[in-house]
Amino acid sequence: MTYSIDFLRDLYKTMLRIRLCEESIVEPILNREVLCPCHLYSGEEAIATGLGASLHERDYVFSNHRSHGHFIAKGGSVEEMLAEIYGRDAGCSRGRGGSMHLIAPEVGMMGSAPIVSGTISLAVGAALASSIRKDDRVAVSFFGDGATGEGVLYESLNFAALMKLPIVFVCENNYYATHMPIRDCRVPNNIRMIADPFSIENYEVDGNDVLQVYEAGKKAIEKCRRGEGPVFLECLTYRFRGHVGPDDNIQGNHTDIRPKEEIEEWLKKDPILLFEKYLLGNAVLDQSILDNIIKEIDNEVASAHSFAKSSPLPERKDLMNYVFR
Amino acid sequence: MSSGRKLQYALAINEAFHQMMAADRSVFLMGQGTKSPWYVGKTAQGLLDRFGKDRVIDTPVSENAMTGAAVGAALAGMKPIVVHPRIDFMLYAFDPIINQAANWHYMNGGKLSVPMVIWGIINRGGEQAAQHSQALHAMFAHVPGLKVVMPATSYDAKGLMIAAIRDPNPVVYIDDRWLYACEDNVPADVYEVEIGKGVIRKEGRDVTLVAISYMAHLATKAVQELAAAGIDVELIDPRTAKPLDIELILRSVEKTGRLVVADGGWCSWGWASEVVAQVSERAFSSLKAPVVRVALPDCPAPASSVLEDAYYPSAKDIVKAVKKVLSFKC
Repeated sequence: MTYSIDFLRDLYKTMLRIRLCEESIVEPILNREVLCPCHLYSGEEAIATGLGASLHERDYVFSNHRSHGHFIAKGGSVEEMLAEIYGRDAGCSRGRGGSMHLIAPEVGMMGSAPIVSGTISLAVGAALASSIRKDDRVAVSFFGDGATGEGVLYESLNFAALMKLPIVFVCENNYYATHMPIRDCRVPNNIRMIADPFSIENYEVDGNDVLQVYEAGKKAIEKCRRGEGPVFLECLTYRFRGHVGPDDNIQGNHTDIRPKEEIEEWLKKDPILLFEKYLLGNAVLDQSILDNIIKEIDNEVASAHSFAKSSPLPERKDLMNYVFR
Repeated sequence: MSSGRKLQYALAINEAFHQMMAADRSVFLMGQGTKSPWYVGKTAQGLLDRFGKDRVIDTPVSENAMTGAAVGAALAGMKPIVVHPRIDFMLYAFDPIINQAANWHYMNGGKLSVPMVIWGIINRGGEQAAQHSQALHAMFAHVPGLKVVMPATSYDAKGLMIAAIRDPNPVVYIDDRWLYACEDNVPADVYEVEIGKGVIRKEGRDVTLVAISYMAHLATKAVQELAAAGIDVELIDPRTAKPLDIELILRSVEKTGRLVVADGGWCSWGWASEVVAQVSERAFSSLKAPVVRVALPDCPAPASSVLEDAYYPSAKDIVKAVKKVLSFKC
């Protein structure tokens, strides 16, 4: 498979943008400038980036509690995201949602919600809208391995299969549902096999390999556009930080019970390092270009923080705005 | 206006669907039994033939995902009506209704609203017992971001359905199967009954009687019986459970000084309680007597007909309640 340099550079930039954003929030969380719960996406960037690159702007994405990466990869504004996380009126949800409710309908990011599995059926509905209107849009539903414990996922799979809806179910399996190792909450089999009884095509994907995710996503989305959906992708990955906030050990709670060796093993498979290796190894970009990109994104994130922190807070008198349209 | 035309309640809803689906291609109906007259009465009559299976979707028994799909379709620009032929089953859909639909516009700073109708049918009596009989409007009315309408007449059934479909917010439309055969005048043209606007069914001086949905029917009977006894009741049907037309009720209470609220839900923590609370906050000095609620006892719906008869309030219970507030002496 050959890719243009621009395409590969953009993938790299997106992954980096997500990572640097996530890491830039750690300090403000620790010093309590950021108060809302943030579920950081560090370590899982390849999934949102690969899928995002295979979608059109008018396609739909619905996300879960760990939504920063999905929002950025779909084209949401980093400034508005950070402003939302700081609880500002300039935030994408006007300070009413916080980190867990990121939305940018202008680029097809339809929203995110922390009720586990809560947005899967919504994504199915967006796919249903597309199939009724025959307007060729595809919906992507992002959820974690924990969502496989919720019944609505199976209802959604059945209905999507029954109606042949253009939806890609993307399970980001990071092996932990909050604190709980997957082996303690599921019988040991491949998550993707839950799609089998619904005759939904399903694939296991290395969720830390952005090009593999992109190829799987592209194939799935093309299938959906041909009216042969849905497709289920299980992307194997690992989060580098705790379930919520920075690594709990940093906060002194010691509630991150994942074994140290396991974390170290996965750090070696950092999706950004792997992709850098690919870019350098195939002589796509050299180190000095990578360094420049890092500098560029770093500046971008820093200026987004300045924007967010200097933008006004919502006003008390506007508390009741937006209850109804 | 062909105002002389009589139409059954169920057919009034059906006419609203026909007119709205013809006028707006984004309107569609989904839920269990849309192909079956047994589930939804005559409300879906002729829709499948006219609009096709893309827009009249009979769904699997999956209330949670089906309601969620309607929410998602609404976010994507459609105007879905999702039907729950028995509102009891709608409890499976609390997450998409409350967590998602009701909150979406607020928690996303007004970026996207959820223009959908969540239609739940109260389907009680006939010894169907506790899980086939419940009136759950107070639960939905409790939630910010939801509107709840409860039409009692064919005219309102059509006009409120049209208003609910056109509303840019999620509207819970609750009707009572006991109303389906009722008939009254229904104009053939497209019209709205404004959500949040009640109506005075009969003017009167002595007592304000507020009754909604099927209770408004019983109240009409009670009012006739009371009139024969020389008691002049003002009967108000708010038609919308929430937002409540409190101004209409307050004006009436200021005139009569006495209030009875009749509600088909449970008495405690219920819709009637909210009406009473708002009146006591805003018209306390007008009240000449303690208010009385006519509602269900705090008990699940029974099966046996003898117990059903004891359970559901009748017109007689309303008559008794009105006489009670009138008999109060300071």
